[in-house]
Amino acid sequence: MEHYLSLFVRSIFIDNMALSFFLGMCTLLAISKKIDAAIGLGVAVVVVQTITVPLNNLLYTFLLADGALAWAGYPDVDLSFLGLICYIGVIAAAVQILEMFLDKFVPSLYNTLGVFLPLITVNCAIMGGSLFMVERGYTFGESVTFGVGSGIGWALAIALLAGIRDKLKYSDVPKGLEGLGITFITVGLMSLGFMSFGGIDL
Amino acid sequence: MNLRKYLDSIEPNFHKGGKYEKWYPLYEAADTFIYRPSDVTKTTAHVRDGLDLKRMMITVWMCTFPAMFYGMYNLGFQSNSIMAEMGIAGLEGWRGGLIEMFAGYDAGSIWDNLWHGAAYFLPIYMVTFVVGAFWEVLFAMKRGHEVNEGFFVTSVLFALICPPDVPLWMVAMGISFGIVIGKEVFGGTGKNFLNPALTGRAFLFFAYPASMSGDTVWTAVDGYTGATALSIAASDGMAALNTQLSWFDAFLGNMQGSIGETSTLAIFLGGAVLLLMRIAAIRIVAGVMLGMIATSTLFNWIGSDTNAMFNMPWYWHMVVGGFAFGMIFMATDPVSAAMTNSGKLWFGVLIGFMVVIIRVVNPAFPEGMMLAILFANLFAPLIDHSVVKANIKRRLARV
Repeated sequence: MEHYLSLFVRSIFIDNMALSFFLGMCTLLAISKKIDAAIGLGVAVVVVQTITVPLNNLLYTFLLADGALAWAGYPDVDLSFLGLICYIGVIAAAVQILEMFLDKFVPSLYNTLGVFLPLITVNCAIMGGSLFMVERGYTFGESVTFGVGSGIGWALAIALLAGIRDKLKYSDVPKGLEGLGITFITVGLMSLGFMSFGGIDL
Repeated sequence: MNLRKYLDSIEPNFHKGGKYEKWYPLYEAADTFIYRPSDVTKTTAHVRDGLDLKRMMITVWMCTFPAMFYGMYNLGFQSNSIMAEMGIAGLEGWRGGLIEMFAGYDAGSIWDNLWHGAAYFLPIYMVTFVVGAFWEVLFAMKRGHEVNEGFFVTSVLFALICPPDVPLWMVAMGISFGIVIGKEVFGGTGKNFLNPALTGRAFLFFAYPASMSGDTVWTAVDGYTGATALSIAASDGMAALNTQLSWFDAFLGNMQGSIGETSTLAIFLGGAVLLLMRIAAIRIVAGVMLGMIATSTLFNWIGSDTNAMFNMPWYWHMVVGGFAFGMIFMATDPVSAAMTNSGKLWFGVLIGFMVVIIRVVNPAFPEGMMLAILFANLFAPLIDHSVVKANIKRRLARV
């Protein structure tokens, strides 16, 4: 239990997808203008991450990994080179289902997210989550924890950034830095703040 | 009044179309520093209050003086005692010359100690001030806003949280980063979201860790290693700390550390003035205190055999490291803290919680006040947003 808890905290704060690995930057920068939309997208990322990382974990352990097909009678087959394309397929399917679900049951959120919901498919934080899962050799239980935690970490980052950008509306930024420029600086300063977790060994 | 007349006589030169139009911010800064500006609000609706930004900032600046003078005295006292112990007769280089010009190395004499400390603190402060003022004035001239007294506070706070032995070029780097990236790119005072002094300090901390932390930087004597109270507690446990340092000594500030942070008593003196004049928000200070007490008590209660920091009681957390200084002067920065009333309390609690977490469970950093405040600064806008949202919801329900 303690192991899972520490993995959970780790994936939210210490290995924060957005602020220590700088994954998912495009959506992080694009959707962080309004707090409500940012929180909505954050929730969507948490959901997608929670579904796809364990799914990909199952896919990897029972189909793709070296010797994973032993149960089907092919102990020598190594399909891990198909990893990337399989993971992205799973992610795309999960996002599609989530989109249909939101359209039917939460239309307001569906409208706010607009085109960015399908774009989660190519969000590097989602893909990165699955690849980290493979690279770090997580078990199924661990990958569920990691999926939830890394999703929450990313959602936290985008919510904080949206809050700060909301405040920065009253700032007087030099012409050349307006818009994306100052947002990049803001994200850099935020990751300076998140450095407080660097080195925590749970 | 001759000065007033002189200032008035040269003023047209600085107005639009005048000879020195570009230098107006500098003129304006000098004028309002010496005299009270006569400008008043031009529209109808406004609140009359004697407290303007200038008075507020100058008050904060003056409230750091107890900590500053005690810090200089303590730095000199520590260095002089260590030099006597190690048998060093005097310092070499320009600092030694400066000290010997007016004083000696007697740890028993208040003047000698104060001057020894000043020989280290004043150069740091001067570099901070000159380099910082350069950026401030440059941006004011280019962007057409005013130089204001907030810079006094940033520079004195930055100088006070430097370790005494820091090379002066690093001081210049740190304050440049703090002022330019931490504040001026957002448009100057009141428009940033992180505390500029802390941003500069954190930049130095991560860029040059060897000069900003560890055991050799806290006194000015070369070749002497002395750990801060926090690193003793982290590596050897509370029992070892208690034999080396009594709580009352730590409260008075008779220990090593960054220049301004050692004496909790001196900081509280300045802090009492700030709280009484309502310049520092009492909700933030109370929140930090509450969060720290609750979290450290929780850790005491959990306990741990391997990590000695679990057993540090809250009254020790209060007196060691930068806790008191950060709580009074840094957390209460009105720009980067939360703005709403209940938001301030939550903001404070978050700092108190984070500082203990970093001190106790993060082996990489023995001290966490700086990082805790920066971290909470990030949360401040979101905290405000949720407080406002909650208020709207409550009022809607009442309708």
